[in-house]
Amino acid sequence: MTTLKRFLSRNKPLVGLIVLMAAVAVMSPSFMTVDNLLNILRQTSINAVIAVGMTYVILSGGIDLSVGSVLAFCGAVCAWLVAGDLSIWLAIPLSLLLGAGLGAINGVVIGTGGVQPFVATLVAMTMLRGATLVFTDGRPITTGTGAAADAFWSVGGGYLLGIPVPVVVAAAVFAVCGLVLTRTRFGRYTYAVGGNEVVARLSGIRVNLEKTTIYALSGLLAALAGVILTARLESAQPTAGAGYELDAIAAVVVGGTSLSGGKGTLFGTLVGALIIGVLNNALNLMDVSSYYQMIAKGAVILLAVLADSRKSP
Amino acid sequence: MRKLLTAATVAATALLASANAQAADTIALVVSTLNNPFFVTLKNGAETKAKALGYNLLVLDSQNDPAKELANVEDVVNKKVKLLLVNPTDSDAVRSAVRSANRAKIPVVTLDRSANGGEVASHIASDNVAGGRMAGQLVVDMLKGQGAVVELQGLPGASAARDRGKGFHEAVDKASGLKVVASQPADFDRTKALNVMENILQAQQKIDVVFAHNDEMALGAAKAIQASGRKIPVVGFDGTDEGVAAVNAGTLTATVAQQAGLIGEKGVETADKVLKGEKVPAFTPVELKMVTK
Repeated sequence: MTTLKRFLSRNKPLVGLIVLMAAVAVMSPSFMTVDNLLNILRQTSINAVIAVGMTYVILSGGIDLSVGSVLAFCGAVCAWLVAGDLSIWLAIPLSLLLGAGLGAINGVVIGTGGVQPFVATLVAMTMLRGATLVFTDGRPITTGTGAAADAFWSVGGGYLLGIPVPVVVAAAVFAVCGLVLTRTRFGRYTYAVGGNEVVARLSGIRVNLEKTTIYALSGLLAALAGVILTARLESAQPTAGAGYELDAIAAVVVGGTSLSGGKGTLFGTLVGALIIGVLNNALNLMDVSSYYQMIAKGAVILLAVLADSRKSP
Repeated sequence: MRKLLTAATVAATALLASANAQAADTIALVVSTLNNPFFVTLKNGAETKAKALGYNLLVLDSQNDPAKELANVEDVVNKKVKLLLVNPTDSDAVRSAVRSANRAKIPVVTLDRSANGGEVASHIASDNVAGGRMAGQLVVDMLKGQGAVVELQGLPGASAARDRGKGFHEAVDKASGLKVVASQPADFDRTKALNVMENILQAQQKIDVVFAHNDEMALGAAKAIQASGRKIPVVGFDGTDEGVAAVNAGTLTATVAQQAGLIGEKGVETADKVLKGEKVPAFTPVELKMVTK
């Protein structure tokens, strides 16, 4: 078997992405343009950033349903800080710290508290959505017209060397988190906890601390996604991020990571997020009727997962 | 908001007190929430009309909670009001409340949201089809019947999305020079509209007007257009505070505004007819208003 063949048989989601892109390129002439591809990357970046945290969580054998609500809450707080003309060099780190803190609480409830991840993060999802509605009084918070607001906009709408800033941020997140996952003790422990928690504990891994850190990372990345989304719209919506947890989980699963933990890669998640992004873009470009869009999305996700689950012997 | 709530409570108490004093006919208005400017305006319209027609209006706030709504309705049923005006928190959840009024033989008129069950004398709400037609006609006039139009649809399957789209197409499809080059759902959501509009901008080199089924989507689309550097007018729907402000600032070209106050007024007018034994239509559409700069 040639090297290329082996690579492709191990990366079925990537094959799926290539086939999907080729098919769309044939059907819609406006798809394969530099502008549109950058456009897809920019739109995918928010889900991709959340999905990185979700990959860590799922690898560790957990799930994080609270990401959409963390996104909304931290986005709203960030918009409020920027509207008060606080420098973005303070407003953004504070918002990210808030996200990490909220995630860490999830981790403590799950690790030390022994609550199942699904339940713990479902509770956090509900409470934080409520907190967002209380904080925003149910209305969008606009970032205003101050100097900070101008600088803030560039985080979502600006370009760095011709590449949209959210794409640069997402790429950096993938690079750093990819290295951490494969090259550090923390990364290897993430797999170990998800593979077999008891064995991990007996081998001396501090499982609760590991989990707290993992959920804190997921919260931090959800907050980062919230900051980007708020910057793009120059306002924070109280309903922002509803259902984003499912998009992120879909990206992770389509990317070949096992929901039972311990197996998967961040590269797979990147491909999974891109498949979903390309699909959303293609359905719009081809002006597919709204009722069929959901059927098409579900079908593609199912196909991707089916192709991946028929493991080669 | 809190001030408004307090004001509403005070007003309700005052009305209740005067009801006891004058022993005029009392109508109850159970409103989904007074924590939203739209429904506060609706309530104010109803109060003004009730005063003009010589009714006492008892206003109760359900705080968006169907359980509270049911309790409110049971309370006014026990008070033996002559008629119940209800603006449901939810069309399905309000059923049992409507039935409890039915059992006490108190006629029910629904406002803005309908009830999926129970006997209702009349339903009063904005005419979304007519509003869509107004938006469509505006687009036809703006483009003098020639050009490419994009439609951002509301949540697939929602009645507001269906009706607004229907009216819009009735007007636009008649102009043979106008082409709707894309009709895509963005679920009444600003964030979704931003992404969907970006994608459509990629696909369509020529777009002359965008019509969105609500102001939230219109504002999202306007952001996408602004970022692309193109200049395309956007027409919204609802006339929310932010939408009207955007029209005044020039970000949106127009918005089709719902007239909450008028819904309240028509509610009391209909109640008056029902109590006098006149025949009322099952549905009273309330016209909308085009807001432009």
